[in-house]
Amino acid sequence: MTLASEMATTTAGRSRELAVAVVGVLVVAGLVAASVLLGAQTLAPAQVWHALASPTGTEADLIVTGVRLPRTLVAVSVGAALAVSGVLLQAVVRNPLAEPGLLGVSAGAGFAVAAGYVLLGLTSYRDTLWLSLVGTVVGVVAVLGLTRAGGGRAGAGVGDGPVRLVLAGVAVAAVLSAATSAVSMLSPRGFAQLARWSAGTFAGRELPVALTTLVAVGLGVVLALALAPGLRLLALGDDTARGLGTRVGLVRGLALLAVVVLCGAATAAAGPVAFVGLVVPQVLRLLLGHDPGRLLRGSLLAGPALVLVADLVARTVIAPAEVSVGVVTAFVGAPVLIALALGHPRRLR
Amino acid sequence: MTSATSATAGVTGTTTVTSRPARAARRARGALVTAVSLAVLLGLVVVGLTAGEVRVPLPDVLDALLGRATGGSAVVVLQWRLPRVLLAVLLGAALGLSGALFQVVTRNPLGSPDILGFTTGASTGALLVMLGGLSGGAAGAGTGGSGGAVAPASMAATTGGALVGGLATAVLIWLLLVRAGARGPRLVLVGIGTTALLNAVNVLLVTRADERAALRAALWGAGSLNGVAAAWVAPTALAVGVLGVAVVVLARSARVYELGDELSAALGVDTGRFALAAMAVGVALVAVATAVAGPIAFVALAAPQIARRVWRTGTVPFAATALTGAVLLLASDVVAQRLLAPTILPTGLVTICLGGAYLAWALTRHRR
Repeated sequence: MTLASEMATTTAGRSRELAVAVVGVLVVAGLVAASVLLGAQTLAPAQVWHALASPTGTEADLIVTGVRLPRTLVAVSVGAALAVSGVLLQAVVRNPLAEPGLLGVSAGAGFAVAAGYVLLGLTSYRDTLWLSLVGTVVGVVAVLGLTRAGGGRAGAGVGDGPVRLVLAGVAVAAVLSAATSAVSMLSPRGFAQLARWSAGTFAGRELPVALTTLVAVGLGVVLALALAPGLRLLALGDDTARGLGTRVGLVRGLALLAVVVLCGAATAAAGPVAFVGLVVPQVLRLLLGHDPGRLLRGSLLAGPALVLVADLVARTVIAPAEVSVGVVTAFVGAPVLIALALGHPRRLR
Repeated sequence: MTSATSATAGVTGTTTVTSRPARAARRARGALVTAVSLAVLLGLVVVGLTAGEVRVPLPDVLDALLGRATGGSAVVVLQWRLPRVLLAVLLGAALGLSGALFQVVTRNPLGSPDILGFTTGASTGALLVMLGGLSGGAAGAGTGGSGGAVAPASMAATTGGALVGGLATAVLIWLLLVRAGARGPRLVLVGIGTTALLNAVNVLLVTRADERAALRAALWGAGSLNGVAAAWVAPTALAVGVLGVAVVVLARSARVYELGDELSAALGVDTGRFALAAMAVGVALVAVATAVAGPIAFVALAAPQIARRVWRTGTVPFAATALTGAVLLLASDVVAQRLLAPTILPTGLVTICLGGAYLAWALTRHRR
């Protein structure tokens, strides 16, 4: 590729990214508005403005500040966190299928939270956050350890490359979620609290919870964006990256740290939600190409958009009851996984 | 328990014996392994009948079995424990055979009904019947403490639902893969995706149901032998027996099928027809197990491969797989009842742990 053509594609890529960003901002803004206005009781924009600008404690004010706003904030944070986690994991293990849910990382958080609730009696949101972070570390270590234990090139039909990692994730998720269920059966009280948490709905999260989540996710996102140049070099292969002066281990380690913060905070707020980290980067790659920096920035809009839509569907599809957001994302994500499996002959063989 | 431990000691003792390649020695080893496995199974049956919240000594168990006992211990042994033990053996064998058939058809050690989504599909079908009110009492299947109140007719309806769900999943996967013509890692990924999708459907179905039905469905959905009734043993035995005969009939063609499409054609085996028949029988076996006990994962995945390694056969051995499946499920059920006693875990949880551990072991094993 000549310098001129490279510059041309970069400029084209930039204007394309700008266009995607403008559309993305508009879509997310529209969805945020819908998320605040729609629900069991439909509100008028004037009521929302009243609640935000000069609340006087009317019913609509309470709905906006006590229910809709926290819920929307959580949805935005969780969407951004999971999508960015997906981009980071995929860059770290160089596997287009890496995703917190599929790899069993969320299941690790689920197990730690269950154990904390039932065995230690910790149920406050702050405890949940810490437990979730610890559990995410357990999940990451388990799945990467398992993938590595057999060596990069394993054989004998157990699958290698992308599939191997997913299988390791299936194994980790299976054991951890079974352990979660077993632990939760030890105490009826813990079971009830756990059921509320792991239902994966955004209902009933209060404003402080939403703000804490937003701050934690913000920290993770800043770290992720700072790592973008390193991840770009990592994509060239470990040796090349090292030759160009990248500290490969450090970049990987920090990226995994960001995944832990993001995924831990998201899971603490919303319970395990799968497939966001798979779907968003895949779709963005079609729009923006493979640059990790662009994918990370794009994820900040596309992740919230997907989760906001999923939450809107979750609270309306069987209203007045709610279905978990994870169920809605699975309906979107599982077909994407199947399509990926059928569509990439070379990458997945 | 003593016979079980001595039997395991026997397994470790025999593994070093057969180094001579002579066919007679191999056959002797096979017979020995079979005998040891049967002893393990018997030991587990004894544990299953004697141990529990009420301990029944072995002589009392024998009295009850021979019809010489009356009163408490007879009820405990004959009404509670014997059906559970028998069903664990039958369903374990059924799941193992189903896994063996699918692994042969897909020529892939991971091509089991749990990974490919048939087990989840069967529970989708069963849930539709249980929650959809297609038959009033069907939701009683597999719930704790429902006793013998469940009519066999509702069991049949649930089995039908499970069968339709499993077959529909099989057709879906078949269509997806015939287009792509893939049997390797792709098949596994499509299966994982299908499983995730159907799991979401199942959660949606349970969330939509009213609270009581949802609770029953959730208990059933964990995969448990807690609520099985004595009345289910005979129909289950009949179904598994008939399907077992079908497996025996298919076994000969299976050996040829494993040689590849071209050789099979040369030897007069129509691979397409064999694959369809084997998948139909495999789905039926899963459907029976799912209808009785809910989704019991990973026995079908692990049993054929464990049997292949323990018996040291090159191909998946059907009879040995049935035996291994029975041992696995009965052992899981004993663990589920005793591990956190007095809390009784769903059997499915224990098999998931076992299966996850097996998968992890399989992944780390091929280190080069």
